[in-house]
Amino acid sequence: MRTFYQRLFPWRYLFQWLNHSPTPTNDFAHREFAFTLQNDAYLRYQSFVTSDLLRKDVLRLMPSRFEIGPVYTANPRDRKTMRNSTAFKPLAKELCFDIDLTDYDDIRTCCDKANICNKCWRFMTMAIKVVDAALREDFGFNHIMWVYSGRRGAHAWVCDKKARAMDDQKRRAIANYLEVLRGGAQSGKKVNLRRPLHPHLSRSLDILKTHFQDDVLEKQDPWRSAERADNLLKLIPDHQLAESLRKKWDSSPGRSSVLKWADIDTVAKTGASKNLDTLSLLEAKQDIVLEYTYPRLDIEVSKKLNHLLKSPFVVHPGTGRVCVPIDTGSLDEFDPLGVPTVQGLIQEIDAWKEPDAVEASQDSKNTLQDWEKTSLKPYIEQFRSFVITLMKEERSVKAKRERVEDPTSAMEF
Amino acid sequence: MIRQDLNRVDPKRRIVVDHRKTPFADPAYKESQYPHRLNFYATPPTADITLEQFEQWAIDRLRILAELEACSFRNKSPVETAAHMKPLLDKYLPLDTNSSSFTQLFAQRQKDHYSHFILRLAFSSTEDLRRRFTRVETMLFRMRLSGGDMRERAAFIQDLNIDWEPVSEEEKRKFAAELAATSAVFGKRQAQEEETWCKVDWMRVPELVEGRRVFLKGGKAYVPAREQQSMVVAEFTTRLEKALELTARALPRLDEDDRLTPILNHLSKNFITPDASYSGSSSAVDGAEITARNIDNLSQHFPMCMANLHRQLRRDAHLKHYGRLQYTLFLKGIGLNLEECLLFWRQSFSKITDDMFNKEYRYNVRHSYGDVGGDSNRRGGGYSPYSCQKILTEHPPGPGEAHGCPYRHFNMENLAALLQSTGVSDRGVLQGVKEDKGNQKFHMACNRVFEHVHKAELKRAKDDGVMTAAQLETIVHPNEYFKRSYLLKNMGKQPASQQGGSGDVKMEG
Repeated sequence: MRTFYQRLFPWRYLFQWLNHSPTPTNDFAHREFAFTLQNDAYLRYQSFVTSDLLRKDVLRLMPSRFEIGPVYTANPRDRKTMRNSTAFKPLAKELCFDIDLTDYDDIRTCCDKANICNKCWRFMTMAIKVVDAALREDFGFNHIMWVYSGRRGAHAWVCDKKARAMDDQKRRAIANYLEVLRGGAQSGKKVNLRRPLHPHLSRSLDILKTHFQDDVLEKQDPWRSAERADNLLKLIPDHQLAESLRKKWDSSPGRSSVLKWADIDTVAKTGASKNLDTLSLLEAKQDIVLEYTYPRLDIEVSKKLNHLLKSPFVVHPGTGRVCVPIDTGSLDEFDPLGVPTVQGLIQEIDAWKEPDAVEASQDSKNTLQDWEKTSLKPYIEQFRSFVITLMKEERSVKAKRERVEDPTSAMEF
Repeated sequence: MIRQDLNRVDPKRRIVVDHRKTPFADPAYKESQYPHRLNFYATPPTADITLEQFEQWAIDRLRILAELEACSFRNKSPVETAAHMKPLLDKYLPLDTNSSSFTQLFAQRQKDHYSHFILRLAFSSTEDLRRRFTRVETMLFRMRLSGGDMRERAAFIQDLNIDWEPVSEEEKRKFAAELAATSAVFGKRQAQEEETWCKVDWMRVPELVEGRRVFLKGGKAYVPAREQQSMVVAEFTTRLEKALELTARALPRLDEDDRLTPILNHLSKNFITPDASYSGSSSAVDGAEITARNIDNLSQHFPMCMANLHRQLRRDAHLKHYGRLQYTLFLKGIGLNLEECLLFWRQSFSKITDDMFNKEYRYNVRHSYGDVGGDSNRRGGGYSPYSCQKILTEHPPGPGEAHGCPYRHFNMENLAALLQSTGVSDRGVLQGVKEDKGNQKFHMACNRVFEHVHKAELKRAKDDGVMTAAQLETIVHPNEYFKRSYLLKNMGKQPASQQGGSGDVKMEG
C-alpha cells in the first residue's frame, strides 16, 4: 500500500486537477481533505498547500482511504481561530454524483449487497450514459469525469467552473431534475411521470430501450419466478389484463421475462380486458422500462456543497482495486472486475524489465515514471489529459478576464 | 486625462443637510412613488412615520406572515392558501390594483412598503430568522404576483429590467417538439405560435429545472412566458437575501436608538416557531418502563411512521440511515436514554458483528443524543425528535428505505395493508384515510386512525372529564401520539400520577 502511494499515485495530476493552475492557489490550499485511518478514526478538515505535503501526510498516516471536500473561505485548519464561525463556509466543490448498485437490489437477480458481476454492471453502464448525456446536453457541462468507486458503484465529478460555484439550491435542482424513481420499499409504483414526457426523459428512454431488451429482459430475467412476476403485474394499470396474464403464467411456470413482456401486448390484443385503455397501457410500459433501467442516484451526495467524496485513484480498502476513471468513450468495454489492484500493480513494477539496450539509449533522456510500467498507465494518461483540458480552459478564461479589465484600469489612472 | 474631482470635499467631511432641521433643503430622497401594486422593496422608505404606526404596521404584517407560514406547515395548496388568506389580507394589509377605484392606493402601498422594511430590521439579526423571513416574504410575494391582473403584472415585470433573451422563430421551429412537451404540462395545450419563449441561464430558474418544467439545452433554459413569474420570484428571493445580510451588518448601529430596539426585539420574539423542538421533559411518560427490552411492548403505542420502522427493523434486522435517524430521535423523545438506545440498536441489528456495529452505527446514535460531535451539538443535547412537518416534507424515502410518513409515502394499497395488519380494518376508517390521503391531509389520516384505535378510551376520558380540551387537539408530533396513546391506554391504572402529569402538558401551535 505504501509503495502504491509512494510510487504510483498521480499526485501531480491530482494537484493540478483541484488547483486549476500549475502554481499553488487557494483552490487547493483551502480544500478540505478527510482521512479514514487504519483504526477507522475519521480525520476531517485537513488541508495542504501543495501535493507534496499531502503526499507526505498520506505516507505518514497511511489512511485506508481519503476523501475530497469543498474549498472553504479560509484554510480549514484555521477554522477554529476565526473570529466568528459564519466566516468559515464552503465556497466551491465539483458537482458530484454517486450511483451504487446496492440500490438496484430489488431489480437485479444476479447479485445483491456489495457483490457485483459484469451482468449487473450493465445497470451502471446505462446509468452513466443517461446522466452523462443530461449533464452535457441539457446543462452544458463539459468537464465530467466518471470514476469507478472500487467496489460496486461509480462517481461523477463535474468540474466546470460554473458547476463548482453552484450553491445548494442549484445542486438540489439538478439532482431532482435527474431523479425519476421516487418512493420507498412500500410506495408501490416508483415511476410516476407527467405526460407528455420531458425531453430529458424521452431521450433517456431512447437510450435505455435497447438496454432494457438486452441487459434487463435477457440477462437479468427479472420476472422468471412467480413472486417476481407479481411485481410486474402490480405495475399494470388494467386489472382484468393483469388477471388474465397471471392465469397464463401460472399455467406455464418458468416462462422467461422476454416472453412475459411480449405477452402483455399479445394478451391485450386478444381482448382480455373489455375496456382497455391502450394509451395508459403504453405509458405504464414506458414507466416499467424506466423503473428497471433508469439511474438510481444516491441523491444526497449531489445536493450538498460540503459533502465529501472518495478521491480518484485511492485504493478501495475492501477490494484492493484502484478507483480509476472510466472512459465514457469506451464505456461498454469497462470491466469493473478487471481494474488494477494494488497487489497486481506492485507485481507489475517488480516484473518490469528495461527495454532493449537500443531503445533504452533513445529513451534515456526521459526516464520512465513508475506508473508507466504498469497497467495503471492508460488510466493515468486519461486523467492527465482530462486535467490538462480543464486547466487550459481555466487559463483562457482567466486571460480573457484580464484583457477585458485592462483597458478600464488604464483609463482611470 | 484631467481629473475633475480634485477639489471635491472629502466625503466624510461633507455637510449632510438634514431637511428636517434646515428649512429650505430638499429631502435626500424624494417621497416614494408607488406606480405598481407590487414592490421589489429596492429602496428603503425615508419619510417620517409615528412610533405607533411603526409598531402597528409591523404587527399587522407579522400577522399575515405568521398565518402564511402556518398554511405551509399544514400542507395547503396555493389555491387553498390564497382563499384562506384573502379575508386576512383585506383586513390587515390590503393592496388594490391600479384599476380599482379605491382611493387609498398610496396609503396601502406605503404601509406595505414600510412594514416590510420594519420587519427586515426585526428579522435580520440571526441566520435562522433571516431564512424564515425570506421564505415567508417570498410566499407573500408569490401569492400577490399570481393574484394581480395580467397587464399590471406585465408592466411590473417590464420595469424590473431582468435580462432575458427572446427565442427566435427559427429556434422555436427547430425545437418545436421539445418545447411542446414542456409547455403542455399544465393541462391545456396552447397553440405553439402564440407562445413566446425566452432563453435564460438555467441557474436563474432552479425551481423550474427542479420540477422538469422547462426545456434545457446547453445550459440555457427555455422558459415560456407564463413561467416568467417564477423567475421574478427567484429574483425577489435572492435580492431579499442579500439585502437582509446588509441590514444585519448595519443593525448594531441601531442600538443607540432606545425607542426602536425594544419594539424590534419584541417583534422578532413573537415570531414563534410552530415547529418548536419537542422538549424531552414534557414528552416523557410517568410510570412507563422505557428500556430497550420494553420497546416491543411499547410499540403498540407508536404512530404508524414509527410502528412501520419498528416492523421493518424486526423483519430485516436493519434500517437505512434516515430510518435509523428518525427512529432514534423518536425513541430519545419517549425517554429512552443513550445506553438503552445503544443497547436497543445493538440487539436489533442481530446479523452484524460487534465490531461492525461499533464502527458504523454507534457514532451516529451517540451523535443524535449529543454525546459526541461539535460544540453546538453537544451543548444542545443532540437533535430534537422529528415533528410530522419535518417527516412529511424532508427527505422522502428512496428505494429500500422505510422512513417517512406512511400516510404520505405509501401507496393506498400498501397503506391499507399496513393498517389492516396493525388491526385497523374498519371500512369507514380506511375510506376516510383514503380521502385524507387524496386531499394531502396526512395529519388528518393519522389522527383519524388514532381516534379509531382509542375510541373507547377517548370516550371514557371525555365522560370523566380527565382530558382537557387542549389534550384532544390534532396531533402534529409522533411523540405526542405516543404520549397520548400511552396515557389513554393506561388511564385507569395509575390515576394519581396521571392527574399530576396531565396538567403541564405543553402543546404545540
